[in-house]
Amino acid sequence: MRPSGYLELLIVAVLVVLAALFPLVGSNLHIGVGLDMMMFAALAISWALFSGPTHYISLATAAFYGLGGLIVAMGMADYELPFWLMIAVAALAGGVLAALIGLATLRLTGVYFVIFTLGLAEMIRNLVSWIQNNFLGSHGFLIFSDFRDQHYYWMLLAVVAVVYLLGWVINRSRLGFALRIIGNDETVARHVGINTAMAKVILFTTTGFFAALVGAIVAPRWSYIEANQVFSPHISFLVVIMALLGGTTRLWAPIVGVVPFLLIWNWINGNLPNQSTLFIGVAFLLIVYVLPHGVVGRLEQLRSKIREGRS
Amino acid sequence: MSPTGTPILRVRGVTKRFGGLVAVNDMSFDVGNHEMVGVIGPNGSGKTTMMNMISGVFRPSAGRITMRGRRLSGMPAQNIARVGVGRTFQLVRLLPGLTVLENVMAGAVFGHSRRWGGDAVDIAHDMLDRVGLDAMADAPVSALTYIDQKRVELARALAGEPEVLLLDEWLAGLNPTELETGIDLIHALRDEGRTVILVEHVMDAIRALCDRCVVMSSGAKIAEGTPDEVLSDREVIRAYLGDDDA
Ligand SMILES: Nc1ncnc2c1ncn2[C@@H]1O[C@H](COP(=O)(O)OP(=O)(O)OP(=O)(O)O)[C@@H](O)[C@H]1O
Ligand SMILES: [Mg+2]
Repeated sequence: MRPSGYLELLIVAVLVVLAALFPLVGSNLHIGVGLDMMMFAALAISWALFSGPTHYISLATAAFYGLGGLIVAMGMADYELPFWLMIAVAALAGGVLAALIGLATLRLTGVYFVIFTLGLAEMIRNLVSWIQNNFLGSHGFLIFSDFRDQHYYWMLLAVVAVVYLLGWVINRSRLGFALRIIGNDETVARHVGINTAMAKVILFTTTGFFAALVGAIVAPRWSYIEANQVFSPHISFLVVIMALLGGTTRLWAPIVGVVPFLLIWNWINGNLPNQSTLFIGVAFLLIVYVLPHGVVGRLEQLRSKIREGRS
Repeated sequence: MSPTGTPILRVRGVTKRFGGLVAVNDMSFDVGNHEMVGVIGPNGSGKTTMMNMISGVFRPSAGRITMRGRRLSGMPAQNIARVGVGRTFQLVRLLPGLTVLENVMAGAVFGHSRRWGGDAVDIAHDMLDRVGLDAMADAPVSALTYIDQKRVELARALAGEPEVLLLDEWLAGLNPTELETGIDLIHALRDEGRTVILVEHVMDAIRALCDRCVVMSSGAKIAEGTPDEVLSDREVIRAYLGDDDA
């Protein structure tokens, strides 16, 4: 129920065009960092589509991302199928997996949902590595591709643009309104006539679809893909932290978390690699205590305070 | 005594067990079109549980609830809302992250009428106006007093244009002045010919508002009739005052 927001779309379109030009001027090092930012922007914005309004914190991103990567790797390495076909298959598989998880977790709320999604993602990771080690006779897949970093960057930028547009449409639809109501009080949501199960599953499926698509797109960049690596739960935590740091009150808010966090994250990994898990934990605590609505939420609070002060 | 005309809502032999506790025991009653029916009874007698079964929070352990011949018992709450049952909650439930107007729109957008866009905004404003709160439309709900919160909840229920409205102690917790305003408001609903089930402890309100009353005690129906009839019934007095005083 916000103002129509066509201006917002126009600004975003201009920014997308500018971002698309970046690889033409940036150094390889910068393109690499930009690629990571695009990847996490796509993951965090699509994560926030579901988890933002509903407040259901999902730690299953790694499951979708890993599934997407693995499907592409398997298709390209073992069956020599084209990349474009495999990313479509991977995204659909991610959507299906998310729909199944969504249906299985409908009755879970709060911390039970968080734990279930984390446990499930870990279970999938172990299951896949076990199958690979015992039945496929190898630990991973070798993939060859002609893509360079700018190609990944552009593909991920396209995903960000599509996710943004989709989110914009959802926020203006009955479905978006339904999700906000669900996030406030599910009992009320049901009693005003919302099919809460349907709304949640649709959005969770969307999140899974895009996380798998991102995992699929970057798969060839790994060159050698192993289940343990591609399903690493780090990615689930990073996505949650970045999205919460930026905030989820606006579609673009997660990006405000992605950019600074990724820079710090890269620095930590370069200089204090053994402390990275500790850093995730500390960052999580700080965000929850100091910035419960993210940087953008905090700024909006300040702005409305200043306005009240004036009037 | 049964309602005049064909009943819109029928409750037949409805029972609800929570483990060993029988919260509602073999309840049967009808609600006629345009009728205001009071459900009264001592604390813990099963009134809210009865409302919860009508609105679909719980499915009855036994028995059947129908509206215009359509079976409600067993349907999920969202379908019951769409068929045309609206309600307020004994402990007010607003959507704290939404504005007053958006709270009311929630009823209009997904309820029985399923409006959208300007249409939903219009009816939400109308309903806020109806409960005397349109000036607060853009306020956050945290800015509201208790009675105003109750008004918003009523407006939300009305915005769905329900055929049957369930009010669970909507007047509870109001001070004497607010109570008068509240009774007038519900009286206006009655004058509009709305079908309402009113759970209340405030006897003056019951006398002023209800065509008929159903009295519950320990989950069962112990009396039914006009407010004057049931309030002078010996068994009802005993249920309220305890065995010794009767
Ligand atoms: N979800 C539940 N689980 C278990 N027991 C319940 C549940 N809901 C209600 N009860 C029990 O059922 C009985 C009837 O409760 P109910 O809330 O329907 O009474 P009430 O008539 O609305 O009371 P009050 O006037 O205090 O609102 C009580 O003993 C209550 O403890
Ligand atoms: Mg009650």
